This record gives sequence, C-alpha cells and structure tokens, in this order.
Amino acid sequence: MAILSVKKLTKSFGGLTAVSNVSFEIEKGELIGLIGPNGGGKTTVFNLLTGIYVPTSGTVELIKEGKAKQLQGLKPYTICRHGLARTFQNIRLFKDLTVLDNVRIAMHKNVKYGLISSFLHLPSYVKEEKKLVQKSMELLTILKLNEKKDEFAKNLPYGEQRRLEIARALAAEPTLLLLDEPAAGMNPAETSDLKELIALIRDKFNLTVLLIDHDMSLIMNICERIYVLDHGMLIANGTPEEIKRNKLVIEAYLGEDVGDA
Amino acid sequence: MAGFFKKSWAVKLVSLASVFILVQLLISAGFIDSYIQATIATICINIILAVSLNLITGFTGQFSLGHAGFMSIGAYVCAIITLRIGTTGSFILGVFAGAIAAALVGFLVGLPTLRLKGDYLAIATLGLSEIIRIIFTNLKITNGAAGLSYIPRFVNWFWIFIFTVGTVLLIVNYIKSSHGRACIAIREDEIASEAMGINSTRYKVTVFTIGAFCAGIAGALYASYFYDIAPKTFGFLKSIDVLVIVVFGGLGSISGSILAAIVLALISTFLQSFSEIRMILYALMLIIIMIFRPQGLMGSKELSLSLFKKAGKLFSKKERV
Ligand SMILES: Nc1ncnc2c1ncn2[C@@H]1O[C@H](COP(=O)(O)OP(=O)(O)OP(=O)(O)O)[C@@H](O)[C@H]1O
Ligand SMILES: [Mg+2]
Repeated sequence: MAILSVKKLTKSFGGLTAVSNVSFEIEKGELIGLIGPNGGGKTTVFNLLTGIYVPTSGTVELIKEGKAKQLQGLKPYTICRHGLARTFQNIRLFKDLTVLDNVRIAMHKNVKYGLISSFLHLPSYVKEEKKLVQKSMELLTILKLNEKKDEFAKNLPYGEQRRLEIARALAAEPTLLLLDEPAAGMNPAETSDLKELIALIRDKFNLTVLLIDHDMSLIMNICERIYVLDHGMLIANGTPEEIKRNKLVIEAYLGEDVGDA
Repeated sequence: MAGFFKKSWAVKLVSLASVFILVQLLISAGFIDSYIQATIATICINIILAVSLNLITGFTGQFSLGHAGFMSIGAYVCAIITLRIGTTGSFILGVFAGAIAAALVGFLVGLPTLRLKGDYLAIATLGLSEIIRIIFTNLKITNGAAGLSYIPRFVNWFWIFIFTVGTVLLIVNYIKSSHGRACIAIREDEIASEAMGINSTRYKVTVFTIGAFCAGIAGALYASYFYDIAPKTFGFLKSIDVLVIVVFGGLGSISGSILAAIVLALISTFLQSFSEIRMILYALMLIIIMIFRPQGLMGSKELSLSLFKKAGKLFSKKERV
C-alpha cells in the first residue's frame, strides 16, 4: 500500500530546472534510498515534499488510513503535522539551545496546554512539561545523547549533531522520515553505528524512511529500493543489485568523475 | 499543584515582598522624595516596556520599532477613562482597557506586517507608531497636539510594583513554557522550526500582541503618574529608548533588561548636572559600552542564584591555590 505518491513533480529556479517531471511512490514501511551525483536535485525533492519550496508543477499525495491528502502548496508546519519529518543536509539545529530543548521543541505541536497555563504555570503545565522531558529523554537515550542533554547543540561534535537532527525529527512523531545525508562527515565506525540506528528506529517507531546519502556502503546495505536522480530527472529505480548494474546510473556517476578530471 | 509551592517560589515571594515593604517604608518615612519616586516610576515603566519588547525582539527575533505607539494607546485610553469617571475602580478599568486596546491594534497590525522580515518589519512597525501618533494629534477626544492634562493620579508605589512584577513574572513564565520555546526556536532558525511543526506566523503574532498589551499597561501607568500626556511624548525616540534598554541589557535576557533599565536611569540622573552636553555624553557612553560589550550587559544569560554560586566556587578555588 502506497503511503506517498509523487506525480510529475517539477521545480524551476529561473532558467534552471532542479527537479524535472519526477514521479515515484513509496510503500508503507519501506526504506528507500535516493541517490545521484551532486546537484542532481535530491535535496530539492526533500524541500518540495516538506513544503519549504512550492512546486512549479506536479502533485505530492500522502495516503493516510486510505484517504489521500494533497501536500503541495501547504505550509511546512502543516506538512509536519501530517506526519513528514526531516533532517537537514546542512545541519539546522537550534544552535544556542540545549540538546533537550532541541528535542522538546519538535514535540510542541502536540502540547496540550494553552496560553493561560503557560503564563501561570498551572497544574496542566507542570504535568505536560514533565511528560515532555520524559519523552525527550527516552528519544535521547535511543540516540545515545542522554548524557549530553544540557549541552548546547553548537558544542556537540559533528556526528552527534547529525544524531541530534534525527532525534529532533523523531520527536515530531513522523510516519515518513526523510534523512538528508545523515552520514556526511562521519567516520566509518560512526557510519556503521548509524546503519544500525536507522534499522532500529525504523522498527521501533514503525517508520517509512527515505534516505539520501553519498555513502554507497550505507545505501546499498540497508535500502530495499533505490531511486536515482540526475540533472533533476529520475533515471533509474530498483533494488540495490539492479542499480549497481544499471548502465544509466554508471554513466551518470562516471560522467561526474570525467567532469571532475 | 507542585509548581506553586516549590521552595524557589517561596524565596521569590519573600524577596519581592521585602523589596516592596522596604521601599514603602522609606517613602512613608520621607526618605524618598518625589523626585526619586518619579525616577522609580520611570524605571518600573521602562522595565515593563523593555521586558515586553525583549519578548518580541530578543526571544522571538522580530525587530520592532513600534513600542511607543502601543504605549500611547494605553496612555490615552486610561487617561480618557479616568478623566471621565475618576475613581480607583476606573483607573484599574482604564489600565486594562488601554492594554486590551493596544493588544487589539497589535494583533490586527501584526497579522499582515509580521510576514515581513528584519529591516522591513522594523520600518513597518515604525510607520505604524507614527500613524498612531498622527491619529492622536488629530482627534478631538485626545485634545490634539496639546494632549490631555490634569489626569488624576491613582498610581502609587503599590500599583507600580504590582503591575511591574506581574507583567515580568507572566512573561518569564511564558518564555519558560513550550510556547516560549517555540518562539525561541523561530529566532534560532525559522525554517527548521516550521519543518518541526511550529506555525511561526502564529507565534510572532502572539508575542506581538502580548508585547502590545504590556506596552499598553506601561502607557496607562505613565499617564496616571505623570498627569499629562501629548502625542510627542510617544514619538519615535521613545521606541528607540526602549530598544536601547533591551540591546544594552542583552537580547534574550530578562534580568538584563531590568538591570539596564535601572543602570540607564541612574546614568541619566547622574548626567543631569551636565545638562547641556547630557545627551552627547549619554550617546557616547552607549557607543563605548557597545564597542566593549556588544552582546549587552547579560548577553542572553539570566541573573540567578546558581550564577552567584558558580561565581562563589570560582572564587574559593582561586583562594585555595
Ligand atoms: N534555492 C535555490 N535557488 C536556485 N537554485 C537552487 C536552489 N536550490 C537548489 N538549486 C539548484 O538546484 C540543483 C539541485 O540542487 P540540490 O541541492 O537539490 O542537489 P543535491 O542532489 O541535493 O546535491 P548534493 O548531493 O550536492 O547535496 C543545483 O543545481 C542547485 O544549484
Ligand atoms: Mg543535497
């Protein structure tokens, strides 16, 4: 059963078409890879799915409990409330806030007390805040960040900042999690931990995951299906084995190497 | 009910009560003359203005230059009501009517303008407060450019204290709530906070409205303490004054705003004796302070007991070595 259905998605920036006529579907519970050479349009697809960019044309449909919901044109916060959460390639944590606050903020959309209670710190405030801390600490423990809860996000080492991005996205309680290069800047040991972590959270939170990364060992290892974007166009789609042997894909990546030389 | 009866609350309550009683005793005993009383009133009114502007600018990151406009709405509404009725009840009514009127304008204007960012928002809010000023200059009920005078004085140390402590505590509580954290997230990274499910427009309008409400209270207190008000009292320079307090105290620090309101009042009192070059000295001082401490007195930190404890620890370590 499809959970997300993207049809003829296009985004142009002036003369440049960053994403061109892209259509794909994601089944519930899948772990899908999205790969392609630099500038291929992967991050732009994430920005279109999460409402940060409005598509030039095309539709994004989320299917929840048998009902289809059009997401294109909605505000990012609404899309998040429909169950899409993401991490950012160029880490966008709340730098001057603590690790705990970063996670708690993503839980705000479900907070059950209002303005009056926040002014007066009524019992509903006390109860709900306790719950927020408890839930955040559970998440931070899974992400092995519990001992850093009072540190400022900006003071964490790179790998931990990436993990905090994941923790924050999970705090938004998504059904579809979008990870944009979570392994970038990680050493092989950290990447291997990340691999286990992604598998773990996917089972634990019943997630569907769309994963962008340049680390082929990560992608080929854990993804069930892979989409390949080059120059904004979807050039291939299949299992890791199929993608490895796909001529268009090899050419796209070779083309990049030749271009660099 | 755990939140109400914690030890920290008891400590706060006792220290606030002792400040109130101490000043009240000094006033009753005649140690504090009317000049110092007026200075205290000015400081408290500035604290309300600065703390509420800090909520908008320091905590939510929205650059507003319209605070004097909201203050003037509170001042005129309260003045008109107390001039007509003239009882203590009418003063209380006036304060809240003024605050609500200011909040209403803040809300209606905030909806369209808060979509603007940075400098554009600053210019739009500046324009708004000028429009308010011009309206008051041209209305009959506000007596035009001459303004209103002989406003009955109901404000005394008791009311000033209650309203100042009240607004500061409510704003501090708000900042320490999930809603407050949402505001700080918008300041930190608006795109990321939206992607995490926070409706940034809603929170910007909320803090703008709260800020306008508090500025309305400050204006009402001003009108009732200083007898007369005119549109020029609430010009562009008044907004700048408040902004200076906020920046000087530290964007995102409530105790910084309070401290700055006090320090700047003391400086300008001290400068009275150099009346001719007073404003030049004042401006020079600000420039020098900003060069050496651009993050303001407190940065985004708060004065707290634990801060004193930390300082104490540092000190004792040094002694041992
Ligand atoms: N806001 C924007 N304005 C103009 N051009 C943009 C914008 N965002 C992306 N682009 C362009 O769109 C193209 C695709 O960029 P995108 O970031 O989606 O690539 P990517 O596949 O994520 O690359 P990488 O692997 O390097 O992260 C690039 O040519 C980029 O310069
Ligand atoms: Mg990218």
